Amino acid sequence: MSILVNKDSRVLVQGFTGKEGTFHARQCIEYGTNIVGGVTPGKGGQIHLGKPVFNSVQEAIEVVQADVSIIFVPPAFSADAVMEAAEAGIKVIVCITEGIPVADMMIAKKYVQKKKAILIGPNCPGIISAEEAKIGIMPGVVFKKGNVGVISKSGTLTYEAANQVVQAGLGITTAIGIGGDPIIGTTYIDLLKLFENDTETEAIVMIGEIGGDLEIQAAEYINKNITKPVVAFIAGQTAPKGKRMGHAGAIIAGSKGTAKEKMDALAAAGVHVVASPADIGKKVKEVLGVNYCHPE
Amino acid sequence: MNIHEYQAKQIFADHNIPIQAGIIIENAKDARQAAEKIGGNFWIVKAQIHAGGRGKGGGVKFAKSLDEVEKFASDILGMTLITHQTGPAGKLVKKVFIAEGIDIKKEYYLGMVLDRTSEMPVMMASTEGGMEIEKVAAETPEKIIKVGIDPLIGFQAFHARKLAFDLKFSKEQMKHFGKFAKALYEVYSKNDASLIEINPLVLTGEDTFLALDAKMGFDDNAMYRHADLRKMRDLDEEEPTELEAGKYGLSYVKLDGNVGCMVNGAGLAMSTMDIIKLSGGEPANFLDVGGAASAETVAKGFEIILKDKNVKAIFVNIFGGIVRCDRIANGILEATEKTNVKVPLVVRLDGTNSEEAEKILKAANINNIITASDLADGAQKVVNAASGVRS
Repeated sequence: MSILVNKDSRVLVQGFTGKEGTFHARQCIEYGTNIVGGVTPGKGGQIHLGKPVFNSVQEAIEVVQADVSIIFVPPAFSADAVMEAAEAGIKVIVCITEGIPVADMMIAKKYVQKKKAILIGPNCPGIISAEEAKIGIMPGVVFKKGNVGVISKSGTLTYEAANQVVQAGLGITTAIGIGGDPIIGTTYIDLLKLFENDTETEAIVMIGEIGGDLEIQAAEYINKNITKPVVAFIAGQTAPKGKRMGHAGAIIAGSKGTAKEKMDALAAAGVHVVASPADIGKKVKEVLGVNYCHPE
Repeated sequence: MNIHEYQAKQIFADHNIPIQAGIIIENAKDARQAAEKIGGNFWIVKAQIHAGGRGKGGGVKFAKSLDEVEKFASDILGMTLITHQTGPAGKLVKKVFIAEGIDIKKEYYLGMVLDRTSEMPVMMASTEGGMEIEKVAAETPEKIIKVGIDPLIGFQAFHARKLAFDLKFSKEQMKHFGKFAKALYEVYSKNDASLIEINPLVLTGEDTFLALDAKMGFDDNAMYRHADLRKMRDLDEEEPTELEAGKYGLSYVKLDGNVGCMVNGAGLAMSTMDIIKLSGGEPANFLDVGGAASAETVAKGFEIILKDKNVKAIFVNIFGGIVRCDRIANGILEATEKTNVKVPLVVRLDGTNSEEAEKILKAANINNIITASDLADGAQKVVNAASGVRS
C-alpha cells in the first residue's frame, strides 16, 4: 500500500501544454502514472502527449473523472489554479510552482480546507508512491519500493535520503515533498497520521529545516500518536541567524526556528534524530533492525 | 526586499497614516534649507540605512538649531554606521532624513508580520516603545500584545479594540488609534508587505498618534505586481555578490569559513554546510545552483565562490535527478576550464548515471579534481583539502 496516491489515481496536469508541464508530464507518464488529461485554458479540445486537453478542471472531471491534480502554472496564476481544482472537487492537489505570493497562498489554503481537499506544496517536488505513481518532478528511479515513508520540506535532499534508504537495502512506500514556503498546504502531522495507519509503512523519515515551527508541532504529535519509528534530520544547523527573516519574525517565533531547537524537541519525543545528513539511511536500517528485510 | 524609513513613510502618507514632515537629502549643504522648509524649532537628523538600531550607533541626532542640523547632517552623511543589525562591517550612510521635531507624550511599539503558525498576519503592540523589541520579546514577552487578522475578513473594529484596551487608551485615543491601525493593515495587505514596524509609535501632545519611525519589508514573490515598490529598491543596501548570484538564478549567502560549496537544491545545500562542519571544517558559503544544474550555472557558481579569497577548496555536491550526472560532469569540466579554478575541487555526483560521470571526471585527469563516492566521503575529502592534507 501507499498513501495519498497510487496506480489507480486519475491524474490531471494543470498547465499541461507549457514547457515545464510538458516536460514533467512526459516523465510521469513514462513512470507509469495514470495521467488522464490536462488543463490549459484556451486549448481545450487539443490532444497533447496523447491525452485530452480541457479548458477547465470541471470539464476534465466530467469527461475523464480526474481525482488528483498536479499544477505547473506560473506563480501569478497558481493560487487561482489551486482554488479552481478545489472548487471542481479534486481531492489531492499537488502544486509544484515556486514563487507564489504568501498573501495568495493564505487565501487559497483556507479555501482548500473549506472544500476538504488535500493540498501538497507549493514549492515542492510532489508525491511519489514507489512503482505506482509519480505525481511530481523527482527522479523516479531513485525510489525503489519498500516500507519506509518519507516526508520532507526539501527537493534534492529528499532524493538523497531516499537514495540512502535504498542503498541500505530498504525501500520507499510513499515520499512526499511538502514544500519550503512559509505557508504550505499539508504539514508533517497530516502525513504522519496517514503513514501511521498505512499497513505497509514500517518506519518514517522526516526531513525538516530551519524556520517556522512545523517540526516542533510534529514532535508533540509524534510523542502522543505515532508508534512507528521516526528518523529525522534538520537542515541548517550551520545557517546564520536572521538572514532572510525580519526581526519581527523572530518575535513571533520566539526561540522556535533554529535547527537545534527542532532537533532537541524531536529527540525528546523519541524520534531518532541524526546530526549528519549522511546518516539517514543507516539510521533507518538500524531502527528497523540490521537483519530486517521486506516481509514479502 | 526592504526599503528605507523615508520611503516607508511616503507609503504611510499615501494611506493617511500620520507622519511628521520630513525631507531626504544626500548632501550636507542642503540640510539647512530642508530644515527651514520644514519649520519649527527642533529637528531630527536620521541616517537612512536598512538596519535597525541606528540611534544607538550614532545615526540619529536631535538638533536644536539650524547650525546643529547642518553639523549633524555632515557628521552622519558618509559615516559607516555599525548597529546590532549591520554586522561588524557596518553600513555607509548615503542619505539623511531631516524630520520635524515632535512633542512626544508617550512612546509605543506597533508592528505587523506574518505569523507562520496561525498562517495569518498578526498585529503586535507594546507599551515598551523605543526599546529594542527583540529584547522586550525575550525578557518580558507578556508586554507584547498580538492580534491575528484573518485575511478573509480583513481588519475589523474588534481587532483595534483588543489592542487599545490592553494598551489602556482613553476613549478619545482609542478612536484615533482605531483609524491608525486599520490604515496600517491596509498598507500591509495592499503592498504585499512581510513586515512593518513602527518603533516608536508616538502619542503626541494633542493626544493623536503618529509614526515617528517606519520600517517595511516585502514578500519578494509578490513584487512582480508592484512596479512602484520595485523602484524603491536600493541596491547599495544589498550584498553585491548575493545580488550578482541572484541575476543568474543562484542563491548565495557568504559565510566565514574556507570550504566553498556548490549544491543543487536549498535543503541539500544547507545539509552540505552542516556536514562540512561535522567533518571538522567551516563552510565559506551557501550556494544553491537550482534543482536542475547546468554547465552555465556551475561556471557562474565557481566564479561567485572564488570571489571570496578565503576559499581554500570547493565541494561540488550534486544529486542528479532528471538532469543526468554525466551531463553535469561535462559541465563541471567545461566550467573549470573557463573559470580557471586552481583550488582543490571535490566532486560528488550521485543519482542518474553517476558511474559514467565518475568515469568522465577521472578520464579528464585534471590535477585538482578529487572525486567522492558519497556525501560523507566528499565532506571529509574537502575538509582535508582545505587544510592542506592531500587525500
